[in-house]
Amino acid sequence: MIEAFVSQIRTIWRILLHSFTKAETVQYPEQKPYLAPRYRGRIVLTRDPDGDERCVACNLCAVACPPDCIALQQGTREDGRWYPEFFRINFSRCIMCGMCEEACPTNAIQLTPDFEMCEYDRQNMVYEKEHLLINGTGKYHDYNFYRVSGLKIDGKDKGEAQNEAEPIDVKSLLP
Amino acid sequence: MSEANLPFIGAILLTVVGGAAVLTWFERRLLGIWQDRYGPNRLGPFGILQVAADMLKLLTKHDWIPPFADRFVFVIAPTAIVISMLMAFAVVPFGPNHYLIDMNVGLLFFLAMSSLAVYSVMLGGLASNNKYALLGGLRAAAQMVSYEVFMGLSLMGVVMLSGSFSLVDIVESQKDGWYFIPQFLGLYVFIIAGIAESHRLPFDLPEAEHELTAGFHTEYGGMKFTMFMLGEYCGLILLSCMITTLFFGGWLGPFLPPLVWFALKTFGFICFFILLRAAIPRPRYDQLMALGWTVMLPITLINLVATGAIALWMNQA
Repeated sequence: MIEAFVSQIRTIWRILLHSFTKAETVQYPEQKPYLAPRYRGRIVLTRDPDGDERCVACNLCAVACPPDCIALQQGTREDGRWYPEFFRINFSRCIMCGMCEEACPTNAIQLTPDFEMCEYDRQNMVYEKEHLLINGTGKYHDYNFYRVSGLKIDGKDKGEAQNEAEPIDVKSLLP
Repeated sequence: MSEANLPFIGAILLTVVGGAAVLTWFERRLLGIWQDRYGPNRLGPFGILQVAADMLKLLTKHDWIPPFADRFVFVIAPTAIVISMLMAFAVVPFGPNHYLIDMNVGLLFFLAMSSLAVYSVMLGGLASNNKYALLGGLRAAAQMVSYEVFMGLSLMGVVMLSGSFSLVDIVESQKDGWYFIPQFLGLYVFIIAGIAESHRLPFDLPEAEHELTAGFHTEYGGMKFTMFMLGEYCGLILLSCMITTLFFGGWLGPFLPPLVWFALKTFGFICFFILLRAAIPRPRYDQLMALGWTVMLPITLINLVATGAIALWMNQA
């Protein structure tokens, strides 16, 4: 009983001491919060160091996406490369989970530390490829999928990729 | 009765209602400070225009009466609390010459008016015809009836010492020493009972938004909800005024003018009640009732008997 009373008085006193502690609030529009470089915000599509789109339209991001906000159509260019004919992210559904970034085999899709995407019209939250594509490499500067993969494209035959051995003729017994 | 009554009544009404309005903002700012945040600080200097924005919002809201409610009582209920709380300000002595009526039963008038405010909450809960509201109303009825008992009794010590029910006489008799020292038990009980009576946060069980959505005013919105809130904040101001008057010497104090002293003390108690809200969690309902009947009532009776005995002994000597 007495103990409870003392405890209440102590509580009141300790709350009163909070008059002298600084507020934790970040006064947002004037004062920007610190966003780490790997903060998961607005999604971008990056280009490889040569300036070509990295995305190979493999659809893994769309499969990984929990709210199903990514839609794309695969197409093939004349040189044998795959590319997305359209690439659409509905940011009004996106939950910024970063699963697409983890799923992407070519480091094409990346999340950036930007979250200010307010729109008055919901339609404007749907970003097409031209809105998503940026002119840089994002977080991975030297990576170029077609240089390291064994896929044959114009100007690069089988076995010519980086760290790739010559192809073996499996139907022959000769060394 | 003092001179120039109508302007004075107007001034009191304006101060109290305006004060209650500003208090909605002030309380949020203060709670913010004690919870290490800012509170509403955007609109106008220090966010004071938040009051105007909230007013505008509440005034323009749809004034809806649920079809299943008891219409007449539903409309009457919120007005009762405001009227009774404002009526009680008639007897509060703000200064040696600044009071509306010096009734010889001023204290009883205050108690009566604050008891009438209970009807508002009960009727509001009953008329809403809603489970949550009914539970809130039930709690309000039980809580306030039981806390009413020793709220009145806790003040009898003050009455014994001053020998009068008139609030002006009570203040005058504190010239030699404020009553919060001899009547510390009475003060303690009165504060607790007063919070329960004005159903503010540690004891806001009729409202209890975590359990009962919004308790007795679940179905209320717009202007009627505003009336409930206004009544509650008027009750807070009234309670602070009464503590100042009864235990802390009312307008008495050195150097500064009496009105300023009164305002300062009242303001201090308002801040204290907001601090209580920030610091102390809400007890369970049975704990509240147990505290009332098994702790507060005995303390009050002991205080009453002891004060009476000492008063008699002093008179004999």
